Amino acid sequence: MEILISTAIGVLVACGVYLMLRARTMDVVIGLTLLAYAVNLFLFASGRLTNNAAALISPDAAQLADPLPQALVLTAIVIGFGMTAFLMVLAIRAFRDLGNDHVDGKG
Amino acid sequence: MEHLLIFPVLLPMLAAIILLLASRASPLLERSLSVAFMLGLVFVSILLLNTSLSGEYQVYALGNWVAPYGIVLVLDRLSALMVLLTSVLALFSLLYSCNGQDRDGRHFHVLFHMQLMGLNGAFLTGDLFNLFVFFEILLIASYGLLLHGGGPLRSRAGLHYVILNLAGSALFLIAVGTLYSMLGTLNMADLAVKVSQATPEQLRLVHIAGLLLLVVFALKAALLPLYFWLPSAYSAASAPVAALFAIMTKVGIYSIIRVFTLVFGIEAGVLSNLAAPWLLPLGLITLALGTFGVLASKCLRKQIAYLVVVSVGTLIAGIGLLSVDSLAASLYYLMHSTLITGGLFLLADVIARQRGNVGSELRVGPTVSQPLILSILFFIGAVAVAGLPPLSGFVGKLLLLQSAIDHPQTVWFWSVILIASFFSLIALSRSGSALFFKTDDSAVTSIKVEPISLLAVMALLLASLLLAIFGANFADFTRAAAEQLTQPSLYIQGVLGPQTIATPLKELQ
Repeated sequence: MEILISTAIGVLVACGVYLMLRARTMDVVIGLTLLAYAVNLFLFASGRLTNNAAALISPDAAQLADPLPQALVLTAIVIGFGMTAFLMVLAIRAFRDLGNDHVDGKG
Repeated sequence: MEHLLIFPVLLPMLAAIILLLASRASPLLERSLSVAFMLGLVFVSILLLNTSLSGEYQVYALGNWVAPYGIVLVLDRLSALMVLLTSVLALFSLLYSCNGQDRDGRHFHVLFHMQLMGLNGAFLTGDLFNLFVFFEILLIASYGLLLHGGGPLRSRAGLHYVILNLAGSALFLIAVGTLYSMLGTLNMADLAVKVSQATPEQLRLVHIAGLLLLVVFALKAALLPLYFWLPSAYSAASAPVAALFAIMTKVGIYSIIRVFTLVFGIEAGVLSNLAAPWLLPLGLITLALGTFGVLASKCLRKQIAYLVVVSVGTLIAGIGLLSVDSLAASLYYLMHSTLITGGLFLLADVIARQRGNVGSELRVGPTVSQPLILSILFFIGAVAVAGLPPLSGFVGKLLLLQSAIDHPQTVWFWSVILIASFFSLIALSRSGSALFFKTDDSAVTSIKVEPISLLAVMALLLASLLLAIFGANFADFTRAAAEQLTQPSLYIQGVLGPQTIATPLKELQ
């Protein structure tokens, strides 16, 4: 599972960075979204990957899942969602103001 | 009062909610409410500063969950200073905006108070993830404020600013995740304890996470090579917003001071003074390149934005000297540079509006309609920001230069700072003569500056005089703050209690 998760994070980061470096705003927005997904997965994995483990409720459970990263991820998802929505609106606004969807507003 | 510590966060939030409800009210009511809340915040900040003078750490456990399990707000001299500085700067920016610029777009006052909530929260929190959350709050409010008034220039600058900060947030989360997975805590005091006890395998990743944090904070502080967003964003923003943004780079600097004196400070074992090799050289290069920007600017607003970069470079270099004296001098310089650059942004707007179509561009244009008062104010601002006696810029730079005397890199530090000051002086005198002497006497606009705006500009520029007159008191205070910062064990004891090492919730596998 570790290999699967880390590969997924790596691929998402690579795609995200590639798209972020492109010159069209929509590509950049999608790139940032992919990067945010990768970061969320990474945060989630920072509590270690466990199967069927209890959250922190029982003192005699053999293995416990760490609930804190899940709370962190939830916060990060909400913030990332809001920011992406804002960036989307801003990209459309810039397209209308500048007449094209280049990140520098030309060509 | 026990709950005083949460007021700088709650009061602006309450203000924002009430102002949102009152956004359809008359401008007079909206402005009075906004200024009243702002005055309340200044009052609370003064009380907090007064509390912090005793030197004891005030800790407020949110929801009564004790550290390191819950989120805590921590007040020490540095946070109290930053909160007061923010509210003073914000008060005058807000007063300035009451000349009608707050009505150029919608919800200016709401966003303004939301931004203050984020700023105060970032200065007070003792938890790394909470710092991220407050960063996001202040950033999303700043996106709205930057775009206030609209226009293609702002859309373009805003797009760059938002994208860059979103990428920065992703890096911040990666750093936070790495620290949590290695050390199992996010409370800064607890992190400091855990970093000093980390095993060699953990240290490598913690090292990487620490440097990632430095990158993130350097982006917020606009340190080389991450400052290219600043000049266009700050010069595109409307004047009251640009003035408030003078504190935004200082959030990055505050975070660098906080994290790299506490978590990776002198007591952090192997990773102590993690940022030290980077801060001094990067600060000096930022300072030098910022000065080139000041010299090359063809627009007064852009020139002031580059002066912000110069002040960031000076501060980071000062912090990078790693002594109590230099940290104290940097904090003094931080107060000075924030208030003065804020005042200059406002003044540039007054000048630009009186020059009609030419605006703040540094070329031949019409005479301003109030040449005497504006040129005197510009002179005061330029003298202060370039660091000439008798104003606070001189005191700040003198303190910084004195603190560097015993440092091995003194030659570099002294020469870069002095040469940069000299060139800033040349650039500012050139701007002054372009604005006030090289005029074509043609279309004189009859716009007079509103009394409330003039009051705001004067107050921020005269703050420089006060900082110089009461220089000894301010220097004593910043010295006490720096001494507090260089004793991280006191912070740890203040937050985690006398046992110093909290029992871990569970051992990570």
